Amino acid sequence: MTTVLEPPADAVDHAVHEQGHDPFLAHHFESHQHQFDACKLGMWLFLITEVLFFSGLFCVYAVYRANHPEIFIAGHQFLDKQMGAINTIVLLFSSLTMAWGVRAAQLGQQKLLVWCLSLTLACAGLFLVIKYFEYSAKIRHGVLWAGRFDEKAAAHYLAEHHAAEHAETPAGGGNHGAAHEASSPAAHGDHAHSPEGDAAAPHDPALPKNLGIFFSIYFALTGLHGIHILAGMGAIGWVLWRSVRGDFGPRYYGPVDFVGLYWHLVDLIWIYLFPLLYLIH
Amino acid sequence: MTDHAHAEDHGDAGHVMPPSILIGTFLALVGLTILTVGSSYFPLGSIELFVAMGIATVKAGLVAVYFMHLRYDKPLNALLLIFSLGFVALFICLTLIDSQSYQADIQAVTAP
Repeated sequence: MTTVLEPPADAVDHAVHEQGHDPFLAHHFESHQHQFDACKLGMWLFLITEVLFFSGLFCVYAVYRANHPEIFIAGHQFLDKQMGAINTIVLLFSSLTMAWGVRAAQLGQQKLLVWCLSLTLACAGLFLVIKYFEYSAKIRHGVLWAGRFDEKAAAHYLAEHHAAEHAETPAGGGNHGAAHEASSPAAHGDHAHSPEGDAAAPHDPALPKNLGIFFSIYFALTGLHGIHILAGMGAIGWVLWRSVRGDFGPRYYGPVDFVGLYWHLVDLIWIYLFPLLYLIH
Repeated sequence: MTDHAHAEDHGDAGHVMPPSILIGTFLALVGLTILTVGSSYFPLGSIELFVAMGIATVKAGLVAVYFMHLRYDKPLNALLLIFSLGFVALFICLTLIDSQSYQADIQAVTAP
């Protein structure tokens, strides 16, 4: 995609905004409209390969869920709904700023475009930071993929998790998830205060067999999604650099639009991942 | 149609999304997120999966139609996406049917 849009080196030297000498119009296209439509179709074809790529993992999820619903019921208790919800809002907001960036590019609002892209990049970073806290809490407590899944440590962690939840429910703290996952000592403190029996009562301490498979699916799906976020940050960074250089305007804003499409697709996949992994039980 | 008048103002820039639609879409998406998280606290039984997936699909539709501006785009792009989703459905459904048919054999081997 990018090679088509890069101006040929000699064209930049005498960048005359005449028909056929535009530095951002590849010589094999008749017009900007022609170039834009061809690139957009190419981008959509790429996005469709992405949809099919992810569908393999969604298929794994569907097959395991249909045949072994109990590991999903047990597994989702390890995930933090609040963190997942916050991450959903962060991604939705980044989609808004990205879409607004496309609008700014179309209208030639250079400063606003730079701001929108910077905000989108910052939200992508925030998403990964929150994901880092989620992952590190799980890795610390042996909640890993099948084969590395530590059943004892996981059961202990789950009891602790619920103890913390019960202790904090009356307070109704909105950011209790963040507080809990980010700082384990606080969770330990809550655990000490609440009675043992109460914490263990609502859930059978015996975890189902092969629970690690849930986390194999969890880490594969969210990990692949995370890699897409990283790739998206690279792409947004590239567009941001070009927008600071002042490449984009009403005549030429394709790359902003195409990176935006990719970014919205990453958001779209998370829209499905969040309820499938965090909410359903 | 105010949208059309708006688009014509900017000649070769194509359709420009008005801020009201962008913000409206975002607010609707946030509202649906709150709805789906809220509904997960109620025991909905067997319809839970359909409620959650229904809300997710509405959200995905909003993102595709407005943020990815498929509504104002060439219909070919939307058609591509719809076809790909059709094939994804076919892929997952056929695999599910197939996997169910081996369960008896798997149970026989893994049973304690």
